[in-house]
Amino acid sequence: MDALLFMIFAAIAAVCGINLVIQKHAISSALSLVGVMAALAALYLLLGGEFIAAAQLVVYAGAIMVLFVFVIMLLNAGVERTTRRRPWAQYAGVPLLLVLFGTVALLVQEISPAGDNVIFGEFTKGTPLDVGRALFTTYLLPFEVTSVLILIAILGAIVLARKEID
Amino acid sequence: MPALPAAVPLSWYLTLSAFLFVLGVAGFLFRRNIITVFMSIELMLNAVNLTFITFSYKLQQVDGHIFSFFVMVVAAAEAAVGLAIILTVFKNRQTLEIDELDSLKN
Repeated sequence: MDALLFMIFAAIAAVCGINLVIQKHAISSALSLVGVMAALAALYLLLGGEFIAAAQLVVYAGAIMVLFVFVIMLLNAGVERTTRRRPWAQYAGVPLLLVLFGTVALLVQEISPAGDNVIFGEFTKGTPLDVGRALFTTYLLPFEVTSVLILIAILGAIVLARKEID
Repeated sequence: MPALPAAVPLSWYLTLSAFLFVLGVAGFLFRRNIITVFMSIELMLNAVNLTFITFSYKLQQVDGHIFSFFVMVVAAAEAAVGLAIILTVFKNRQTLEIDELDSLKN
């Protein structure tokens, strides 16, 4: 059952990821990215990350992607045009990326010990209680610094996107 | 069809994460629309998050979850500022193609 669920959601994530790269319309890419994020949330649940799965759906698939879709519609982004041909990118880029993926996949197979399986329910430290406890004790200072970062991001976004006032 | 194993090896999760990361790199390199390039960066961040969660499972510690939580927060801030920059670029140049944004080149 675990393996079946992993297969289904991994397939969804992979297909949506490929779709993101090959689609020519920005809005199709955005919807594919929503699919990837939803599938990843399910995989987080399989790995025992209850809080982070919910946060993935709410923050990533919800808030950030709504922002993206909003900007795509605001700017009326259509089909992208290829103004310049790059033959070297077409012929060297894809094989080099395959080499990168092959190397990483091979390394992962090499270093991970056999019989190291993911069993649903084995990891129980991903509940909101545990995440909250770690966040507000061990990681309290980074958490507070993050709030300053968010404040600066809000101010920056407002300053950048406002209308010019004479 | 070969029979599925009862449980999934940890390495499959890491391989999926590597695959998604490579897809993000491909989108970043090959796509010409500035918004799609930005979305490819988000895909790479998501792939790294999956690695964090997988190793958190392996080490039986919650720290990986905290790290991916921080990655999410920083991605949200980055998306807000980045999309504001894209809006400003579009207002000034009326284009979203990164090929045409080359005033620093010459």
